[in-house]
Amino acid sequence: MKTPMAARLAAVLLPLLSGPALAEERQPCEVPGYLLFASNELKHVAEAVAQHRRLTIAVVGTGSSMLAGPDGPPSAYPARLEVALRKRLPSVAVRVVPVVRRGMTAENLAQGMAKLLVDEKPDLVIWQTGTLDAIRRIEPDDFRTALEEGVETLHGGGADVILMNMQYSPRTETMVALGPYADTMRVVAQQYEIPLFDRLSIMRHWSDTGEFDLYAAGKDNVLAHRVHDCIGRAMATMIIDAAHLRPSELKAGQ
Amino acid sequence: MHAPAVTTTGRDLRLDLFRGIALWLIFLDHIPSNLVAWATIRNYGFSDATEIFVFVSGYTAAFVYGKEMRERGFIVAGAHILRRAWQIYVAHVFLFAIYLAEISYVATSFENPLYAEEMNILDFLKQPDVTIIQALLLKFKPANMDVLPLYIILLLLFPPILWLLQLRSTLALGASVLLYVLTWEFNWNMPSYPSGHWYFNPFAWQLLFVFGAWCALGGAQRLSRVLQSPLTLSLAAAYLLFAFVISLTWYLPGMSQHVPRWLEEVIYPIDKANLDVLRFAHFLALAVVTVRFVPREWPLLKSWWAWPPIVCGQHSLEIFCLGVFLSFAAHFAMMEVSGAFWMQALVSALGIVVMVAVAGLLTWYKRAERSSGSRPRKTPDADLAGGEA
Repeated sequence: MKTPMAARLAAVLLPLLSGPALAEERQPCEVPGYLLFASNELKHVAEAVAQHRRLTIAVVGTGSSMLAGPDGPPSAYPARLEVALRKRLPSVAVRVVPVVRRGMTAENLAQGMAKLLVDEKPDLVIWQTGTLDAIRRIEPDDFRTALEEGVETLHGGGADVILMNMQYSPRTETMVALGPYADTMRVVAQQYEIPLFDRLSIMRHWSDTGEFDLYAAGKDNVLAHRVHDCIGRAMATMIIDAAHLRPSELKAGQ
Repeated sequence: MHAPAVTTTGRDLRLDLFRGIALWLIFLDHIPSNLVAWATIRNYGFSDATEIFVFVSGYTAAFVYGKEMRERGFIVAGAHILRRAWQIYVAHVFLFAIYLAEISYVATSFENPLYAEEMNILDFLKQPDVTIIQALLLKFKPANMDVLPLYIILLLLFPPILWLLQLRSTLALGASVLLYVLTWEFNWNMPSYPSGHWYFNPFAWQLLFVFGAWCALGGAQRLSRVLQSPLTLSLAAAYLLFAFVISLTWYLPGMSQHVPRWLEEVIYPIDKANLDVLRFAHFLALAVVTVRFVPREWPLLKSWWAWPPIVCGQHSLEIFCLGVFLSFAAHFAMMEVSGAFWMQALVSALGIVVMVAVAGLLTWYKRAERSSGSRPRKTPDADLAGGEA
């Protein structure tokens, strides 16, 4: 039985057993496939890349999709995603537009989706949400309704959707019950056959393997920047996989 | 050492055993990022330790206060039930104070720019006048502090229910089922602050509590023929297997493709707030299998092996509160020392040891109090170690 229990235990124990040699070979902030690859496809992304060599992605989200300070915007994961995609898809004109605002619930964000479609005409919308809903203890049913409305609006407007759930935040974990909201996002993702970027599990995996010390307190911008860079790169991998893009073929510049 | 100090007053020790185990599981589940919690039952089926806790609490409340109501009348038993509700309320407020201490500590010690958004949890401290009053009214309930308010409401409503259960048990159970159905039909719930509803809807969860009470007052005997039937056992086992397979798909994304769409539409979402029928059925199936394989006179129940969970189950309120406190403390230790797996295992094990030690101490206190003779026992069972509701 290979469950996350087994996987997480293995993640913790294997580096201990195999010693430093193996640990050095490991790529930085690797994400295991079971956390990243879904069976759901990104058809509009595939089409935009194949036919127009162009890809416009909008990131709709809240405080955890941005970083503060002058070097915040280029270090936050939307900008890192753009960098990663441009590097891996050099023949495609990739544009990632962050549409992020602090203090928004899923319902607030869902209401902005129609306007977003007109303004940016995205092929793909990455919708990061759930944190504020969990903190404010919004009724899970209302949260689900808001997600459904948002996803339906985006699908109606011809955009693919990836849902992104909350950050793993070990220090505040006892104080916010993320579980019901993360479950709701998983259910909605299954219902509409869209990929879920499980940021919660991915960051937990990095914490378990010792990749990042997410317990760290204090104003450490380096940690925040590294985590966002890793999220951006992992997201790029997920998009390329879910849209069946083959970087090698695209590089050849058919 | 001599024989284990377990109070036996004709009481079913299996109840204490499973409530004690449920308290351990609740403790483990409340420690965040705890790999040890993967061993708890919520990961292998639909229901979790909360169902066991509520059912056993209903069973013991009926067992203890039902006897008192028969012997001393409705008023005295009702007054004792309300006093118990008050004790639980005080315990809840105590836990809230600990929560405030923890969150205030985090507020001043934690400024990681990665988690600017998560710091919104401190918003409620901006209006302590409103929040603390809402907490005292049981409308503002921090994470993991939802079980005791449910328990308080259930006990407040229990005197008339117990009266009806003794008079017409089937009618009382029928009324409980009706309330559950109407709750689902009309979405009844209690309001929460700042928004939403109770995480454990008392109008739905009362079903499990009343069902427990009904079982204690002769229902279990009436069901014994059904329980003995091999058909019931195989149905229960089949359902547990089904729930296990479904729960695997939550953790193995690849597997969820094999669940047919129509089935997903039928079973999801599995609504914990309103005690989903799937959860209730899962608890029943667990109970059927357990009752079959753990008989009432199981010798192990009186052995040293079973003593730690039983003694915890016999002091459920104190040990529940202690468990919530210890889960905070464990989290604190993981923040300040290390969040590594060895630390998770260590705090999990230490926590359970402390729970058992305190429960043992409480038993000792109660025995010392009784043997001193200063306070004659007027209510023979209501507060005894073995009779705690």
